[in-house]
Amino acid sequence: MMMSLGPYASFIVTSYAAAALVVVILIGWIALDYRSQTERLRELDRSGVTRRSGRSATDTP
Amino acid sequence: MTLIDLANPTRFLALTARVLPWLAAATVVLLAIGLYQSAVAPDDYQQGATVKIMFIHVPNAWLSMFVWGVMSIASLGTLVWRHPLADVAAKAAAPIGAAFTFLALLTGSLWGRPMWGTYWEWDARLTSVLILFLMYLGLMALWRAVDDPSRAARAAAVLTLVGAINLPIIKFSVDWWNTLHQPASVMRMGGSALDKSFLIPLLVMAIAFTLLFVTLHLAAMRNEILRRRVRSLQMMQASRVAFSDTGSRQGNASKEAGAA
Repeated sequence: MMMSLGPYASFIVTSYAAAALVVVILIGWIALDYRSQTERLRELDRSGVTRRSGRSATDTP
Repeated sequence: MTLIDLANPTRFLALTARVLPWLAAATVVLLAIGLYQSAVAPDDYQQGATVKIMFIHVPNAWLSMFVWGVMSIASLGTLVWRHPLADVAAKAAAPIGAAFTFLALLTGSLWGRPMWGTYWEWDARLTSVLILFLMYLGLMALWRAVDDPSRAARAAAVLTLVGAINLPIIKFSVDWWNTLHQPASVMRMGGSALDKSFLIPLLVMAIAFTLLFVTLHLAAMRNEILRRRVRSLQMMQASRVAFSDTGSRQGNASKEAGAA
């Protein structure tokens, strides 16, 4: 079934494309931030810094 | 598990690790269903196919206010109950709320051009949502401007609560002023004015976008907790280095005194 978007197809397609792009940027930013924080914690762990509880820096439950 | 149990960041991280995959999967499934229903929804007799823009515009517009509402509750948590995760929740929600508000403005503008004949009109609804977007940006700037997270949290909480005054203004702007923007058609006294063929895809998309927000928010909160852990460990490392430097300098000084 071919979907017909009429004379304003460019407005509709742009809206959906912009929403998809912004959502992808949000997901990518959060994923990269997670990777960056865990990498920094690993570096601190390697340099021998431990948390006050004595647990490793990278130790999540 | 109670809210008090979640005050422990380590316990919160354990919870996010468990629920995030399920939330992400539910979001993908609901978005797929919502997008399919939006694609096959009939054209409106007046708007034609541009009604499809509503299926992403309305959920984003709802979320732009909902996220500020979440941040306002979190701000109360910071100022009144001093919940340790409240400011983490508020800070993590701001960029996501800003993104949804930006999409609400953009998609509304792209709908407005063919339907109203203009991308933008300085009417009460559009202007109050633009102010909300600027407030999100201001809040994000405030968080970045203050180094100490607890000091930044209190200032941001006050700003968030003051900004919450804008939420009823946005909601009722179409009733209080004569605006180009149409009045409420889904959540209104006497039930929805929408036909089921439009209402169902709209509600599915609204739930899907809300789940998307919850998923992204939990992931962003997890990142913020890890960022604070990095900060406190770096401060511990720096204080140890400073302490050992002071110790060795004092040792050298006593040696020199002994030699003299």
